[in-house]
Amino acid sequence: MNGRTEDCPRRHWESAAARKEREDLESILQIKHLTHTYGVGTPFQRSAVEDMSFDVYSGEFLGIIGHTGSGKSTLIQHLNGLLKPTSGQILLNGKDIWAEPKKIRDVRFQVGLVFQYPEYQLFEETVYKDIAFGPANMGKTGEELDHCVREAAKLVGIRDDQLFKSPFELSGGQKRRVALAGVIAMEPQVLILDEPTAGLDPAGRENLLANIRDYHRNKQRTIVLVSHSMDEIAQNVDRILVLKSAHVLMSGTPREVFARADELISAGLDVPQVTRIAMRLKEKGLPIDPAVYTVQALEQELLAARKGGAPC
Amino acid sequence: MLKDITLGQFFPGDTVAHKLDPRTKILLVTLYIIALFCAKSVVSYGLLALTLAVCVRISRVGVRALVRGLKPVLFIILFTGLLNLFFTPGTRYLVEWGPVHISDTGLHNAIFMVLRIMLLIMGTFLMTYTTSPISLTDGLERLLNGLKRLHVPVHELAMMMSIALRFIPTLIEETDKIMSAQKARGADFESGNLMQKAKALIPILVPLFISAFRRADELAVAMECRCYHGGEGRTKLHVLQYARRDWVALFLGGAITVGVLVLRQFGL
Repeated sequence: MNGRTEDCPRRHWESAAARKEREDLESILQIKHLTHTYGVGTPFQRSAVEDMSFDVYSGEFLGIIGHTGSGKSTLIQHLNGLLKPTSGQILLNGKDIWAEPKKIRDVRFQVGLVFQYPEYQLFEETVYKDIAFGPANMGKTGEELDHCVREAAKLVGIRDDQLFKSPFELSGGQKRRVALAGVIAMEPQVLILDEPTAGLDPAGRENLLANIRDYHRNKQRTIVLVSHSMDEIAQNVDRILVLKSAHVLMSGTPREVFARADELISAGLDVPQVTRIAMRLKEKGLPIDPAVYTVQALEQELLAARKGGAPC
Repeated sequence: MLKDITLGQFFPGDTVAHKLDPRTKILLVTLYIIALFCAKSVVSYGLLALTLAVCVRISRVGVRALVRGLKPVLFIILFTGLLNLFFTPGTRYLVEWGPVHISDTGLHNAIFMVLRIMLLIMGTFLMTYTTSPISLTDGLERLLNGLKRLHVPVHELAMMMSIALRFIPTLIEETDKIMSAQKARGADFESGNLMQKAKALIPILVPLFISAFRRADELAVAMECRCYHGGEGRTKLHVLQYARRDWVALFLGGAITVGVLVLRQFGL
């Protein structure tokens, strides 16, 4: 437990969140009254996203959480212009991304989107070429391209000797890293990850998340992490956006969101395991704040409760 | 855009057309095609068009859906029509304008040929619209059962067909996903010349093929795990049985076909 407190990345993220509050960081993406309706004019008409408004701040690590069918995937495909809003606007650095539909490709380079199970999009003969696909489409060549590719590979933990292998010889987890590197290599201002850890084992999951955290810390770039695992979100992000049936249910720091754990549960969502334990302890009569979501925080709450003289 | 493909699409319903035995429907379509190719006159074409209209009415399949099915073959229809129109020698020329000339037989042929293709396609589409792919292959398997004696692998063929049909929507969805993923990496499928456009397809086709092979492999393993070993001794959950409506439908279909053949004998 001591070891974990030492290298706990938490403090860093919290300071980023605090900084955001202090300096009121600029919005990099602004979503304004976004609505997307599938099958307009057919009996199957259905809004996947309805009148959503929120901002993504520059340099933050935002988590989006919601049930299957809450509109997560539809929402993020709007952020890089893969889907066009039925109504509403998306502003990137204050400019409507659909102002010039011909330049939508530039938006995609600035807002990198990594789909779910991205390993199925690999196609090149070597890992190197596959990572280079994105930046080459941007028009990068020669040394600049080489630099992008190697740096992205290093960020996600791909060794140099793996660069010239066929991506199909790699394991599932490594393939996913290559796919992730393929988007990171475009050096997007905002990186959106849709369920990046789906289908990985616990070790692989933690490994990949550590890479993402490193990327965030070293590059100070904005990251949007979409997930349905509360624990994963709670332990990584500065701010959480909770979606429920095409609407934004709540948004705030993890602490603020998990303080409303009852609402989350009644919306059919999970709360982190630690929060659940704290809630139960409080029910049993311990005077602690149940809005904790890390083991360390719960530990401190418990120690404080003991000092206060509660039976523990 | 890929979702517009209607090939083999099934509209569930509860009409007589849906309830007919798939074998009956296959036989009826076959009869209909034979009749179409024997039809020669306005009277017989009228009869066949009327038959189709009545069937569409009974099945409650929207006319719009049926017409949409024609869209992919529009080019072939136009091509056949124009070819017949301009290149059929005839006794009397209606238009003569330099090398371009339209004969009366040409006009006649063009109209009938286009009508024939359209009726043919709409007729077969009506069948696939009212029959689920599963029951369609089931019916086909039963119909061809006799060929087993000639060592034709009927069951295997039917199984292959149902698997192929089953995976069409899956693969379309997959293609959509891969396209989005590559677009997110800046792939451009719209601009450039033919060569560049063909090259732009590689990032879609390679992952698509790989995933198709992977799916095939997984399916084979899953089938083997459930001890699938071909059609030998295999029984069915739903055994097809002809009902009275099937006999009635077959009788009517046969009567119309015979009617067209008789009309042909009288030169109509």
